[in-house]
This record gives sequence, structure tokens and C-alpha cells, in this order.
Amino acid sequence: MGAGRLLDEGEIRRSVIRIAHEILERNRGAESLMLVGIAARGDDLARRLAAEIERIEGTSPPVGVLDITFYRDDIGLHAEAPEVHETRIEGDITGRTVVLVDDVLYTGRTIRAAMDALVDFGRPTAIQLAVLVDRGHRELPIRADFVGKNLPTRRDEDVRVALRELDGQDAVFVEPARAGAPETTGDRS
Amino acid sequence: MPERMPEHEPERTLIKGVRVVDPAGGRDETADVLVDDGRIALVGAVSSPKGASVLDAEGLVLAPGLVDLHAHLREPGREDKETIETGSRAAAAGGFTAVAAMANTDPVADNPAVIVEVRGQAARAGLCDVLPVGAITKGLGGEEMAAIGEMAEIGVRIFSDDGRTVPSARTLRNALQYARAFDAVIAEHCEEPSLVEGSQMHEGYASYTLGLAASPAEAEEIVVFRDLSLARLTGGRLHLCHLSAAGSVELVRQAKAAGLRVTAEVTPHHLTFTDDDLSSYDTNFKMNPPLRTAEDRATLRAALADGTIDVVATDHAPHAVEEKDAEFDQAPPGTIGFETALAAVLTHLVEPGLLSLPRAIEAMSTTPARLLGASDQGGPIEPGRVANLVLFDPAAEWVVEPPFVSKSRNSAFIGSTLRGRVVHTLYRGELVVADGKPQR
Amino acid sequence: MNKHLLSINDVSADDIVRILDTAESLREVGTRVIKKVPALRGRTVVNLFYENSTRTRISFELAAKRLSADVINFTTSGTSVAKGESLKDTALTLQAMGADAIVIRHSSSGAPYTLTKWVHGSVLNAGDGTHEHPTQALLDLYTIREKLGRFEGLRVAIIGDVIHSRVARSLSFGLVKMGAEVTLVGPPTLIPPEAPQWGVGVSHDIDGALPKLDVCYLLRVQRERQRQQYFPSVREYSRLFGLTRERVGMLPEGCVIMHPGPMNRGVEIDSDVADLPQALMEEQVTNGIAIRMALLYLLLGSSGEEVSPDARTDARARA
Repeated sequence: MGAGRLLDEGEIRRSVIRIAHEILERNRGAESLMLVGIAARGDDLARRLAAEIERIEGTSPPVGVLDITFYRDDIGLHAEAPEVHETRIEGDITGRTVVLVDDVLYTGRTIRAAMDALVDFGRPTAIQLAVLVDRGHRELPIRADFVGKNLPTRRDEDVRVALRELDGQDAVFVEPARAGAPETTGDRS
Repeated sequence: MPERMPEHEPERTLIKGVRVVDPAGGRDETADVLVDDGRIALVGAVSSPKGASVLDAEGLVLAPGLVDLHAHLREPGREDKETIETGSRAAAAGGFTAVAAMANTDPVADNPAVIVEVRGQAARAGLCDVLPVGAITKGLGGEEMAAIGEMAEIGVRIFSDDGRTVPSARTLRNALQYARAFDAVIAEHCEEPSLVEGSQMHEGYASYTLGLAASPAEAEEIVVFRDLSLARLTGGRLHLCHLSAAGSVELVRQAKAAGLRVTAEVTPHHLTFTDDDLSSYDTNFKMNPPLRTAEDRATLRAALADGTIDVVATDHAPHAVEEKDAEFDQAPPGTIGFETALAAVLTHLVEPGLLSLPRAIEAMSTTPARLLGASDQGGPIEPGRVANLVLFDPAAEWVVEPPFVSKSRNSAFIGSTLRGRVVHTLYRGELVVADGKPQR
Repeated sequence: MNKHLLSINDVSADDIVRILDTAESLREVGTRVIKKVPALRGRTVVNLFYENSTRTRISFELAAKRLSADVINFTTSGTSVAKGESLKDTALTLQAMGADAIVIRHSSSGAPYTLTKWVHGSVLNAGDGTHEHPTQALLDLYTIREKLGRFEGLRVAIIGDVIHSRVARSLSFGLVKMGAEVTLVGPPTLIPPEAPQWGVGVSHDIDGALPKLDVCYLLRVQRERQRQQYFPSVREYSRLFGLTRERVGMLPEGCVIMHPGPMNRGVEIDSDVADLPQALMEEQVTNGIAIRMALLYLLLGSSGEEVSPDARTDARARA
């Protein structure tokens, strides 16, 4: 894959709609669902999914945001402690099906951390995973239940998701990895 | 003169082509100097000397051996910190051929017996002259006069309770008056006890920021004023130890102008450091009197240059490693000083042009020798005189680091880059330090 | 951030914002059912308290435990500390035990600096002599930001025994760094003459200062100070400089009252004033745990290498 824009606004919109339908189909409706976005862009995606689900079903599942910084496996390995964001999970997750939402699935370490975090909040009936982009190169046995787009990439490439809420536009880019950036730059997902 | 069995023929040493700086002899010129059997034999142009070892002296300066008016050798009593032998060796390494040892030992040097003991130890070591200072009061208790007359009889010229200030004006007055009979000098450590209680450093911006209990410059100035007044009253000879404050300098200036018989000294560390240097809580910067502000330091430097301060003295104060390696308020005050004194003065005063080299030698050798009555010290460098000499390289740059020749290593200068290094020290004609290393 | 937190001057204004933001996120952990995150799992935090302070020590202990770190308490009673072991030997023992961070409270100013010479881990100053108490200042800054939302131009008076207060030093430096206007108030014997060089104002007239305040911060005044003759009597001190019920009425609307604790009720503050709604002492204590969690996380969550400005940007981008 060369550098450039892989997904445009339209493709992202269609992916979100399709994933929303798939979630509802798989779970036979929105009851007992909770969407939890992984900070920061997973949060925006989770809210878009919830809005789409509301459009389809008439009801919106509760949406939470989870910052997994404290559950990362690479704390203490970088020159600066990783920056922390908000976590907000309202209500009990015990007995619910939690759909984790993230923008890019890569090594799987973020999702591993997110699941560790979730179980500290309670005991969900099931945890499912929805991602906008799956770029391969898993380092842990993790798979997504709902995928917007499969994008094979090279390890020396970066996949960057831009979302309207945070970045002013909707797009997915592939770029060569930043020179001198630590190898773990991509490891996050 | 110490009795010594010569191991071989009388030694002859030729120092060739060296810059001779000799304030007492009014000399600052290049010359050859021949030393024979412990004395200076010839100064001038010396050719083909028979059987003399030649000291390579290129680029070096030859001066009369340095004389330290104020040092703590800790023996008797605290031989763990320093002994007369290790202290003498460290002094020789620093270019000193005579050292005045303060009386605050254990037992206190307040009677002839301790004086004789100290002299005996020094003679056994044979590395430099040690001239013990007698206490002013018995046991440094501040009340009863020590055996000043008896000690003066056996040659003690300076008396001091250093470490402490004589608390009572009446006691000090009596001592100043009494000492006149022996033309002896009373040397005072000036600090007002009630203002320095619990103090760790100079009171000012730095102490407030560091949160350390502190004492103001006035603690010294108050006592300097008192002592000068008593010197005027009695006509006695007063010497003020380790001045640290600009206000004290001003008082001394006025006193000298009024004709009082007062002399003053300053330490190399007060000429180098300020209270800002304590910001890392390094206990090697904890001293008494404390390091003060940059303004005080500038005044002290200028005063040494213009003669208001007569002498540089080290106040060499060794302390055990475990005592200094502790919380700041637990550590005892003081820094060792023999091995860095000359370099500090050269680096911070002579090199920047604040002090001429002859004047520096005068302050570190000629004048202290005169105050101590040490006739074999301080120059002039002339035939017939005992060869107490130092050769140093004024340009050699070095970083101060342990190990030191002294038994202790609490030096404020650790990590400092200094210029000026002692190469050879001749004590009574013997090369006790050669190429910077003590020979025994 | 530096490896150690010995003084509030070890952190920049940006660092302070980062610490407060991190504390914000960590406070949420205290509202969960399981009040723990694994961030510092496997790390050892030692509380080395040479001065008695149950409250601060427990705050640090909770902070470390909520981050899943192991905690060891070395306090003055009952350990080798009481038997007169030197600070150096205690430090080397802790080092040998593998302490990643040492939280030290000591009665000697500068003791934390001395400690850094002997240990490899991070050193956190929990109060040293009359020098500084940076974690207290940070939790106070957090409390102020939470209640008043800003620092720039905020009018703060710190009232009481400033000379002997490590809290006053850290808080003054921190507030000035964040752009607040600080005035020290008290009798001349308790305020250092050099204080204006810290960028603060000085006043000996509490009644003149109170009507123009956003934060009224009181310092503990020990009765001991009267014995040392810093003022003639406790009664006179309280009458001239204490925050009495009447004086509270002089404070503008919205002004908050703070105190680092423990309070000397009846001396610097009247007993019922401490219980007013605008008095934030309880919030200060609660916020203490979150701030200490944030500091432990930021200090131990980094590898301790030198940080280049680019690496800092990378770190932000990665998150």
C-alpha cells in the first residue's frame, strides 16, 4: 500500500451504518447492549454507532468511554508516562453485552488492556469488538466481531484515522512511519 | 630543628631558571636557586654545581613555603578525622611549610604540656613546621584565662578560642591586655551566640528559599565591633579569623585607619563560594562562618587586594565521612583546605587580575610567618636562610576530586576546576613533595 | 517530568497542568467498585516517614495501592529508624529491597536531596523541615482549580507562620508560577523580609487584605512559636491575625477558605469557621489521594530517560 488516503468520508459513513446493522443483527436488537468507546477516537465512533442504532431501532444503547492507559503493558518503558484521558462508564456493565469500539485494530494490545479494564467494572455477559479498520499484524489472539474495512499494511506504515469531531474531517490515511519514532508507535492498537 | 640522621651526603638541589616571587626580599625575577644541606646557598646565576640534583622548573614559580595561620589538625582527640602527621602531609602537598594548629583539640591546648605534645608529633612527622595556637580560656570555657604567659614562654605567639567566641567582653579585654606583656596576638572567631543558635547558613534569600535556619551577617559584625573596641581600649594586638561579611571588612578598614593593631584573615572558600552554592544541600558547603552573598565575596576579594585583609588562611577543618554524609542540619561545619588553597587564590583572584602574584604570596606566606613569629618561614629567599620553599605551576588546570592527601575528604572544592598546582615542596631543604606527590 | 519531585520548582507550569489533568482522571478510579488500576503493578513504593503524620502517610499509601503498587511503611516508631540508624544506611537498605519510589517526610530541610545521592529510584518529597511540601501545594492547586476554575490573576492570601511553613513556600512558588497574585499576611516576625523576591506581596494588616480575596489560605500557627517569642501571646495573635467569625464576613462572595491541616482551632481559625461551606479542608484531603496517585503514576510510569521535545509530542500522539 502506498501512502495516501484509503477511506473517504462516504466510505466511513457507510461502514458505520453497516456495522450498526451487524451489531443489531448479531445481538437481536439493542436491549442489554452498552457501547464503550476506547479513548479517544473510539469514543466518537461509539457515539456515531449509537446514533445510527437509534435511527434504526428507535432506542439508543448507553455509551461510555474507556481510557485504557492504566492497563497498558508498556508503562515505564517510554521517556514520558503515557497521557491519560477520561473514563466514564455509567450504570452497571454486569449482565450487559459490551461492544468495545475502536478506530484501528493492529497488534491487539489495546483491546487486551480494554478487556482487563472492563472486568474491573463488573461482569459483562459478553464482550464484542467493533473497529473501523483492521490493519493486521496481530501480536495477541484477538479478533474483531465487526470490521469496517480490512486494510493490509506493512509494519513500517502508520494508519491514521481522522474524525470530524476531533480532526475536522473524516478520512483514513496510510503514511510511512515517523522517522525516529519508537517502534512501539503502532503498538497501541 | 628536628634531629635527623642524614641518610647520605648533605643534599644539594639546584632549581634552574625559575620565576622567584619573594615579597620579603623584594624580588620577582627569573633566577637559579641552589639549596645545600637544608639552607639556601645561592640565588642568581648558578653554573655547573657539583653533585647537585637538578629540579626541572620550567614554567614554574618559586616562592617561600606557604604558611597557614589557621588550621585544625584534630590531634589530640579526633585522630579519626586527621592526625598531625596526615595533616602535615596534606599541608605539604598544598605547598605549606608551616601550619598554625588551632587549640580546640581534646584535651584543649590551654597549657604548655599539650603544646609540647603537638610539637613533638609534628617533629616526628617532619613534614612541615606545626606552630600550635594556645587557647585564650581554660578548656575554651570562655571564663578563666588559660596559661597564656606559660605558653608564651615556650614560644606560642597566637592565642585563640577558635570554634567559639569569647562570650564575655571583660574576659576578652583582660586577655588582650595581659597578652601585651608577651607581645602575643589574640585571634577571635567572631559570632554572637544568641543570633547563631541552630543556624545552618547565611540568612538571606537563599536560606529562606532552602528552608534552613540561618544567621545574619550582623552576628559576625556585632562581635567584630566589640572586639575592635576592646583592642582600642587595651592597645592589644587583635587578629580576626575568617572574616565573611562586608560589614566586618568596613569595620576593620576604619580600625586600621585609626591606627589599631589589628590584622584580619579570609579563607579560600569565602573567596570562592556564596550561599547560592548550597542549593543542592551539599554538606561540604556548610561552614562556620557561613558562605554569604556575592556582594560579601566581592568585598572580601577587594579587601585582600587592598590590604585591609592581611592574610589568607585555610581554616582546614577535616570531618569524618559519616558525619558529613548526612542530613544537612546534622552535619558538622567545615571544609578541608590545604590542598586547594593556593589554586583557589590563583584561579579566583590572581588570574582575573584582582590580586598580583607577589601580593598573593605575601598574604599566604610572608605576613602569616611574621604574625606567627616563624623566622624560618615566609622568605626572604636569600643565602643562609632555611630552605622552606614551594614550586608551583600557575597554569596547570585540574579538577578537584578525592582521594586527598588529608585523611578526610570533605572539600567544598570537589568538582571545581582550578588553575595552579603545587609541584614541589621543600621543607628545610628536603623534597617532601615531588611532582605533586608526597614522598613519605 | 523529572525523575524526582523534591520541590515545586522541579515542575513547570505545563507539568502542573498535566499533573492536575492526570489527577482528574485518577479521581474517577475512586468512584469505581474496584478502586484499583494495574498501572504500577509490580512496583514497590516505600513510605519513609521520619516525622509522624498518619494522614499524609495514609494518603500516599492509598494512592500507591490504588495503582496496584506494593507499599512498605518505614515510620519512626518500631523500626531501625528509631534505633538511630543513619539516613544513609536506611536508604541503602531500601535500595537493596528494590524500592522503585521512596516517599520521604523528614524534619531536616534538604533530606530528600541527600537521599537522591544514595538511591536509584524516584524520590518524592512529602515534606522536609521548613523547606517544601510540593504534593500539598499540588493538591491545593487542584482544589482551587476545581472550585474556581482558574489561576491567572487569582487573589490569594497565605496567612500565618510563613517563615516556618514548608506548605507556604511550595504553595507560593506554585501559585506564582501559575499566574496568581499572592500576598503573605502575618506579623513581621513570621514573614521573611526577602519574600517579595519570590514574586509575592507582604502585608501585616489582615483586615485590609480580606475584602479583596478569592482564596483565604490559613497556615497552622504552633503555640511553640509564642514560647520562642515570635509574638507576645496566642490571644494577641488570634485577635490580630486569626480568621474569626467576624472576619469571615469581610470575605467577598465566592471566596474560599483553605488550610493544610491539622488546624489549631482558636488560634489561626475559629472553630466554627472551619465548618462553613466555603471551607474546603475536606476537599483538600480527598484530592490529596488523586494528586498523589497522579504523581506516582507520572514518576514511575516513565523510564526516566531524558525527554526531547519531539519525544514529548510523540507521546501525546501515541495516546
